[in-house]
Amino acid sequence: MGKEQVTGNIIIDQELCKGCYLCISVCPQNVIAVSKNINRQGYYPVIFKGTNEEGKGCIACVRCATICPDIAIEVYRD
Amino acid sequence: MSGNHVIGEAAIRAGCRFYAGYPITPQNELTEYMAGAMAKLKDGTFIQAESELAAINMVLGASAAGCRAMTSSSSPGISLKQEGISFLSAMDLPAVIVNCMRGGPGLGNISPSQGDYFQATRGGGHGDYRNIVLGPATAQELADLTMLAFDYADKYRTPVMILQDGMMGQMMEPAVMPDPVDPKRLPPKPWKLDGADGRPSRIIKSLYLDPAEEEQINWNLAHKYEKITDEIQRAETYRTDDAQIIIVAYGTAARIAKGAVNRVREKGVKAGLFRPISLWPFPTRILKEVNKKVKDFLVFEMSTGQMVEDVRLSLEGKGNVRFYGRPGGVVSTPIEIAEVIEGKFGRV
Amino acid sequence: MTTQLFSWPRYLKKTAFHYCPGCGHSIIHRLVAEVIGELDIGAKTIGVPPAGCAVLAYNYFDVDMVEAAHGRAAAVATGLKRVLPDRIIFTYQGDGDIAAIGTAETIHAANRGENITMVFVNNGVYGMTGGQMAPTTILGQNSTTTPGGRDQKRDGAPLDLSEMLGITRGAAYIERTAVNSPKNIRRTKKALTKAFKTQMTGQGFSLVEILSPCPTNWKMTPVDACKWIEGSTAPFYPLKVIKDIVTNI
Repeated sequence: MGKEQVTGNIIIDQELCKGCYLCISVCPQNVIAVSKNINRQGYYPVIFKGTNEEGKGCIACVRCATICPDIAIEVYRD
Repeated sequence: MSGNHVIGEAAIRAGCRFYAGYPITPQNELTEYMAGAMAKLKDGTFIQAESELAAINMVLGASAAGCRAMTSSSSPGISLKQEGISFLSAMDLPAVIVNCMRGGPGLGNISPSQGDYFQATRGGGHGDYRNIVLGPATAQELADLTMLAFDYADKYRTPVMILQDGMMGQMMEPAVMPDPVDPKRLPPKPWKLDGADGRPSRIIKSLYLDPAEEEQINWNLAHKYEKITDEIQRAETYRTDDAQIIIVAYGTAARIAKGAVNRVREKGVKAGLFRPISLWPFPTRILKEVNKKVKDFLVFEMSTGQMVEDVRLSLEGKGNVRFYGRPGGVVSTPIEIAEVIEGKFGRV
Repeated sequence: MTTQLFSWPRYLKKTAFHYCPGCGHSIIHRLVAEVIGELDIGAKTIGVPPAGCAVLAYNYFDVDMVEAAHGRAAAVATGLKRVLPDRIIFTYQGDGDIAAIGTAETIHAANRGENITMVFVNNGVYGMTGGQMAPTTILGQNSTTTPGGRDQKRDGAPLDLSEMLGITRGAAYIERTAVNSPKNIRRTKKALTKAFKTQMTGQGFSLVEILSPCPTNWKMTPVDACKWIEGSTAPFYPLKVIKDIVTNI
């Protein structure tokens, strides 16, 4: 039986995010998407989708926060 | 001791514990002296930098850390330091810079000259700032003014320049050395950087992107310069009480002029000497005092005429000012100047 | 019970960055701040920011900072370190600042073995001034001053400053890393940690060169810029340890 899967979630500061989308490019679970509404700086920030199409969620691998140039992402592990 | 050695010893006694320099004639003896002196001190640092430009920036770092720091060079090297001096002035950082002037412009030569007066007294780098400039004429003054330079630098938090020349630096003369100062007992520098240990972090900078803020910085500097101008007016008057003509000269030129004054006095010509010691701020108040009794002035410089403008500015037309100069490193003799005073020389 | 894995580093002021979206500078700021925090040296660290995009670094780092003229950080840092040998001094410079105008100061600081740590952000252009060629602009790379791409005969070749510094006897630890992927970012943090430790143990000059994306001036999306580092810059500037004579760290 595989190791019990680590799960977690992330909080994205909608105002700090500048819409560079590097987090989306590194998220293995594809649980980050571009928001529809614009933030005060004039960017379309990213939002946490919770789960992807196959129903899988965040595994708290911290890759998104590691590459985020604006420290807009906080990561929590369950 | 040679003039350059006198400055070195005086700097150490003034509590200078950081020196960065670069070889250039005719001030090498000062750099060499500092190497030897700092090596004997536990808390002393000497660096022969890769350029005069690197040297002034090392001084900037040492000064930001609160240390009394000095650099020295000669004319071309001082030009290389101008950006650094502008930064020091903008950041309210103390430092002492010694310019051992030599023939110029360009590579020029290594004999004494006074061609850097404008560069020194008008703030030689970019931006609206001035530097305190002291003009010694004797070995004793090299000692006393070096001590004073460090005190002024710390008191007004600004760079101070000692403007000497190749002759003064090389010439041997007796000088009484002032008492040494313990750098640890100097007044504290609350603004210095030493790591934000239990206090908020500090920034020393000169970038102010907001013009309104930068304007305020400029006016702060201007007020500082007004205060300095009010508080520093240094000059020597020699046989001026009954004089009918006053020679105005500083540094080595003043020593030559003093010889000429004595010479013509023997022939009954009532000449006197006004010798500015603080070149910036120019001793306008004292010159105006002298001007109350005398109208004729002859300015003698080892250049094509720079300080003469400050004399004219100070007198505001209330005196006729003649000029006689020998640029390029030529050193006049008292006899030559005596003849100029007696009006025999054509080029007056 | 959820544990927080990632948060704002202590030695970085909590404020938005002025950097462009996808810029590597702010990633490197975070790494430097994290390392300073983890080594617990924030109270005795003094930073020297450059003239360039990162000139405003003093608004971000919560340590004492003194600004240097363009290219002169290594000299200012030398003055600071010699006066305060038990403080930690680091410079933070872009490629133009350190490898063009500041070459002499940098090489001689390394050669003197100054006990300072230099952070060299290599993004291949002069960013702040609008994307001109830098000493590290690679051949064929476009910039506002290399029309049609950098041409060796016309514009010279990219400069290997870190390798040159490696030759100096005074250099103790020099590594080149990148911040274009989480893996490389973690590697950069390790390199920075080692560099600061080199200084803390007084073993001489340390420098970390960090390949960093500049999407705005490369005229690419941040994601493409990171790929471009992998594909184009890295061949010219291989990610490797250039010098390491450091012991027991």
